[in-house]
Amino acid sequence: MTDLTCTRGGRKLFGSFELTLDAGRCAEIHGANGSGKSTLLRIAAGLFADYSGEVDAAPCHYLGHRNGISALLSPLENLKPFERLGPGSAQGALDRVGLHNECEVPSGQLSQGQQRRAGLARLLLGDRPLWLLDEPLTALDSDGRRLVRELVEAHCGQGGAVLCATHQTLGCSACEVRLGA
Amino acid sequence: MFAVQFRRDWLSLMRAKDEAINPLVFLFLAATLFAIAFGGEPQRLTGLAPAIIWVLVLLANLLSLEALFRRDFEDGTLEQLVLLAEPPFAAVLGKVAVQWCLSGVAMTVLAPMVALLLNLPVGVLPALMLGLLLGTPALSLIGAVGAALTVGLRGGGVLLALLLLPLYLPVLVFGVSATLDTMAGVGAAAQFYWLAAISAMALTLAPFATTAALRISVEQS
Repeated sequence: MTDLTCTRGGRKLFGSFELTLDAGRCAEIHGANGSGKSTLLRIAAGLFADYSGEVDAAPCHYLGHRNGISALLSPLENLKPFERLGPGSAQGALDRVGLHNECEVPSGQLSQGQQRRAGLARLLLGDRPLWLLDEPLTALDSDGRRLVRELVEAHCGQGGAVLCATHQTLGCSACEVRLGA
Repeated sequence: MFAVQFRRDWLSLMRAKDEAINPLVFLFLAATLFAIAFGGEPQRLTGLAPAIIWVLVLLANLLSLEALFRRDFEDGTLEQLVLLAEPPFAAVLGKVAVQWCLSGVAMTVLAPMVALLLNLPVGVLPALMLGLLLGTPALSLIGAVGAALTVGLRGGGVLLALLLLPLYLPVLVFGVSATLDTMAGVGAAAQFYWLAAISAMALTLAPFATTAALRISVEQS
């Protein structure tokens, strides 16, 4: 990202923002509420087009505030369509995030944290080098927070990159980007 | 991608049956009201029946279209669809196909019962059903464009109707006149060709417009 400027609702969120994220690196974006963390991630994902500047992002997985998990379908049914993105099976991904026993239950009956875990499981499907995580720790217990850290570390270890907006620290070695300072 | 999305949406539909049958119930109830209102003189209904049925099918279609992308939009599935589905228009087509199964096929099956309620001669029923089968794909496909554009808006229902009803007019006109001409004993082949042509054109253009509209809606959210 070079020279990125974004105005939203008549307010300048960030100007001349620059960020280069190399393979194998994780960057945490910190900043007050409303400082543009989510917007930055959406821009990187290609979900928000109202900005000036240049963005050159690798194929990415985006996990936003909304998990992208349909309440009517079980986690397994939710993830099945994404199996075709590449290696990894939906069942394996759900086992990895600790939803082995819940993978056939309609997601609407799962807790917020469990739905979050199902959203995280999608990251494991398909070989996408860049992960964009928007507050991945929300609703997760201490076990889940450790899981996120392990997933991020494993992904970076395989040469992937992670850009993560968060208020807490993930706990892994990451460079820190501050917005709205 | 088409088959994957179709199966997924079909499953969702089966799990939310109450929501799914609402448009069908609406069609049946509204037709019953017409039948009761004209109670004394059913023969006066005969000439009006095709128009009533087509208008009700149109409105029932609007009812079910509003929900087409709503749930996926709210739980974030739509974001993932825009980002990850390749090609997205095949997935969109899968969603519309499920909606058409309900608003097109199910209504066509239900139409004879409604038609008899409205005192339509039995001999006209095949023409009515053929017209519905040929015309409703256009309604679903064009409707999906409107539904995709309004999914992010609060109270998008009225706007949806405002956007779509003008586009629905050709289907309505040809659909009604096909049934009326059959009733009068004149051939209605031309109208059937027109309905098929409109549907074919919607099938080629609408999925791309819907995909673009979904992208806009997701980017605005």
